[in-house]
Amino acid sequence: MRHDHLISAKQLTRQDIEGVLDRAASFAEDGGGGHEDHLLGLLFFEPSTRTKMSFDTAMKRLGGDTVDMGSVESSSVKKGESLADTVRVVAGYTDAIVLRHPSEGAAKLASEFVDVPIINAGDGAGQHPTQTLLDLYTIRENAGLDDLTIGIMGDLKYGRTVHSLAAALTNFDTRQHFISPESLRLPRGVRYDLHETGAQVREHTGLEEVLPELDVLYVTRIQRERFPDENEYRQVAGQYRIDAATLEAAKDDLTVMHPLPRVDEIAADVDETTHATYFEQAHNGVPVRMALLDAMLGGGGE
Amino acid sequence: MSDNPERELRVSKIRDGTVIDHITAGQALNVLAILGIDGSGGEEVSVGMNVPSDRLGRKDIVKVEGRELSQDEVDVLSLIAPAASINIVRDYEVVEKARVTRPTFVSGVLSCPNANCISTQGEPVESRFEVLDDAVRCVYCDTIIREDLPERIDV
Ligand SMILES: [Zn+2]
Repeated sequence: MRHDHLISAKQLTRQDIEGVLDRAASFAEDGGGGHEDHLLGLLFFEPSTRTKMSFDTAMKRLGGDTVDMGSVESSSVKKGESLADTVRVVAGYTDAIVLRHPSEGAAKLASEFVDVPIINAGDGAGQHPTQTLLDLYTIRENAGLDDLTIGIMGDLKYGRTVHSLAAALTNFDTRQHFISPESLRLPRGVRYDLHETGAQVREHTGLEEVLPELDVLYVTRIQRERFPDENEYRQVAGQYRIDAATLEAAKDDLTVMHPLPRVDEIAADVDETTHATYFEQAHNGVPVRMALLDAMLGGGGE
Repeated sequence: MSDNPERELRVSKIRDGTVIDHITAGQALNVLAILGIDGSGGEEVSVGMNVPSDRLGRKDIVKVEGRELSQDEVDVLSLIAPAASINIVRDYEVVEKARVTRPTFVSGVLSCPNANCISTQGEPVESRFEVLDDAVRCVYCDTIIREDLPERIDV
C-alpha cells in the first residue's frame, strides 16, 4: 500500500486490497515477525474490546508491542483535551496509531496533525476500513470477489462497516443489494460515491425479493436507540431478523456474515447451518490486521 | 452594459467598488452574508431583488461601494450564484470583470450540518468542503449539502 494513513475504504484500490489479503493468507499460515522495534498506539475513545484486542494481538504476533491510552474516563481527554492534541502527543511515542472515535471524520482530522500512520478503527457512523478488509478476506475465502451478488441488510444509515464495505466492493465485479427500513437507508454521501463509480446497486425494503439470488448476506444490527419509540423499533426490527427457516429460500452455498456483536438479528439456529460464517469472519481479524500493519509500517513483507 | 438603462436606475451607480450582477433570484442577502456585510460596518450597499433579467428571468443584483472582492469571496459566491458576473468599478468605469469559477474546495465558510462531525466539535481546524457539480461535501464526515446550502453559510 502506498498510503500514509488508512482513513476510508474509498482509498483502497483492488491492488491494495488483494495485496493485504494475500499477505494475510500467508500470515494465517506461517505467523509473523520482523517488527520487534515497532510500537503501536491504541487510542480508543469509545469501548470496543474486540477490535482493540485484535489490533493488540496482531501487533504482538508481528513481534512488536502496543501502548494503550486506556479508557477515556481515566485519561486527559476527560479534562477536555482536543483530539488534535492527544494524537500529537501519542504520535511522539509510537510508530503508528489506531484510532476509534465516536465522531465522524475523527481519523481524517487526526491524520492532519501527525506524521505517523493513522489507522481508522471506526469513526462514529462514518467508516471502518479494517473491518472491511477482514470482511473481504472472508468473502474471498467463501464466495470469491468477482461475479458476486451480495445483500447488505440492517442499519445502513449509521452502519459504518456497511459504508466501508460498499465502497470497497466497487473495485470488484459485484452486484450490491441494500435492504433496510426506509428511515435507515444508505446516507446520501455513500449513495453518491456508489453512483459515481457506476456500481450496480439496488435498494429494497424486504429481503424476500432478493434472497434467492444472493451469494453473500451481510447482516447488521438495527439499534433500538435510532427509533424515537419502542413500538416502531419492534415493528421494524422484526422484519430484518433471519433464522434457519428464512434461509430455506436461499442458495445452498449462501454465506451469512455479521460484523458482531449480534443481538437477535440472526437467530441461534442459523449457527448450526452451513451458511453461518460470522465467527470465522471474526477470527480473520488478526491475520488481516497483521498484514495491514506490516504494509503500513513498511515491514518484513516489502 | 447591455441592461436596459431604465432597469439599471433601480439601483444607483457606484463610484468605486463592485457590482455583482446575475445573482440567482432570492440569493442577494446570502451574498451579503458571504461578504460579511450586515450594515453595521457602514458600507454603502444597494440591493435589487427579483429584477427582470433576459438571461435568468429574474435575478438579484448587489452593488457595494468602496469594496473590491477577493478571489476567495468570488469562489464562495459561485456556490450559491453560479451565473453571477462581477464587475469591479473605479471612478464610475468598469475596469475589470472577475470570473466566477467554482473552486475545488472551500474552507471556513460553511458549517457542517452533521452535529456528530468532528469539524463541529471545537478542534483546531476550519470546516472544509469539496465542491461537487451541484453540491458540496464535508471532507471530514462526507455529508453532502445541496438544497440547504445557503443556511450553512457561516461567515
Ligand atoms: Zn462534516
